[in-house]
Amino acid sequence: MREVDLAVVGAGPAGLTAAIEGAKRGCRTVVLDMNPRPGGQLIKQIHRFFGSREHRAGTRGIEIADSLFHEAASAGVEVMVEAEVYAIHDSTLEVVAQTNEDSLVLLSEEATTSRSRPLSIAARRIILATGGAENALNFAGWTLPGVMGAGAAQTMINLWRVLPGKKILMVGAGNVGLIISYQLIQAGGEMVAVIEATSRIGGYGVHAAKISRAGVPILTSHTIISASGESRVERAVIAKVDASWRIVSGSEQELEVDTICIAVGLHPNARLASLAECELCYSPSLGGWVPIHNSRMETTISGIYIAGDLSGVEEASTALEEGRLAGICAAASLGKERAGDYDDIKAIEGRLLGLRSGPFCQHRQDAKQELIGIGEAQCPKQ
Amino acid sequence: MRVVHHPILGDLPKVRQVKIWVDGKEITAHKGEPIAAAIAAAGIKIHRYTTKREEPRGVFCGIGQCTDCVMIVNGVPNVRTCITPVTEGITVETQHGAGRGGR
Repeated sequence: MREVDLAVVGAGPAGLTAAIEGAKRGCRTVVLDMNPRPGGQLIKQIHRFFGSREHRAGTRGIEIADSLFHEAASAGVEVMVEAEVYAIHDSTLEVVAQTNEDSLVLLSEEATTSRSRPLSIAARRIILATGGAENALNFAGWTLPGVMGAGAAQTMINLWRVLPGKKILMVGAGNVGLIISYQLIQAGGEMVAVIEATSRIGGYGVHAAKISRAGVPILTSHTIISASGESRVERAVIAKVDASWRIVSGSEQELEVDTICIAVGLHPNARLASLAECELCYSPSLGGWVPIHNSRMETTISGIYIAGDLSGVEEASTALEEGRLAGICAAASLGKERAGDYDDIKAIEGRLLGLRSGPFCQHRQDAKQELIGIGEAQCPKQ
Repeated sequence: MRVVHHPILGDLPKVRQVKIWVDGKEITAHKGEPIAAAIAAAGIKIHRYTTKREEPRGVFCGIGQCTDCVMIVNGVPNVRTCITPVTEGITVETQHGAGRGGR
């Protein structure tokens, strides 16, 4: 069995930064990712990021993914793609992954799934950075082909360069709904409307302005009633909702669409953490069931750490910081500390506090503090 | 429909093409892309029919999490087409139910 100091699951922003910090401190580090390329969802983010320079504002997500991968590779991290982790045996922290013989070293464009084989890795520490998963929305016809997650449509257009449909309805006007609507227009799709059940647009004004300028109506206080068609989406019925979320009768309107994208939030993808028997708790502000963790990002299972959307759905910027935090702490628990770790951790905590402040984000800071409070009581003591 | 021109990503790069067979029909796919992308480009939306009610299903999550898009690939049922790359000459079939007895 292969032995490593640190096995990281997920090569998105959190997993890659965690691996970089671990490797920089002398940990033999491997990152496993089920996708053919590293970068997680960053590789679909063709827009420029917001925020501060230290969080790479002004840079497109795809560029951040590339630079993180190169940083990881030069730090000595081994990134395995098309490697799907399907078991963690907690007694030995054994990771069992289904992988492809060709995928051990990366960026093989020739990679295929035809020679996949199981692989076991004994890891002294594990960092789970499995990200988030899109929420579904239940309405009549929601299972028809043509109804899909907004992220699925984004993957199709920006990664695979295929438009999933021609006339599209977006459900949800948060940042995901707004940004992907604009990207669907850039890919040549026709956005029929963006609807939002609450009375206000949830995402940034600049994203809303872009699609408004393109002539796409953003209908607040509107919900979807149904999707229908012959074995596929051919139309949607939407309607107004009042302040108590009741449908305003007579406000129904039918839209001719072939695709309905659902952008109603994400939840932590806690399947593997759950399988590893990490205890979860329910936190609406963090997206749902989330593994309990302490201030060092360690879960209730000794030696298993988490970072990124798995530890609460936030943004790529927070994932980058949490990944670094988890990597530093996991390395330190193996005695691989570095002078300046304390200052690094304080700096990361300061930046996280900044990212979680302000009227839109304070609730996440409060929820995170509550989660860490539970974690300090329940997670193993160092 | 392929996104050939794109204001940020530029023109679609030339890639090697492969032929795949979907329910007996030949489709041209781009090497390295997942089966789901290839068949979406060909306008196919229905991947399978459910076991009890025989309802149609297509791509939902697009990243291997939900298993809605599974089909029979080279005789193997329940293959997640959104994360399985095309290779030359593979056969892809619409799946009915759990796809047992797939050839």
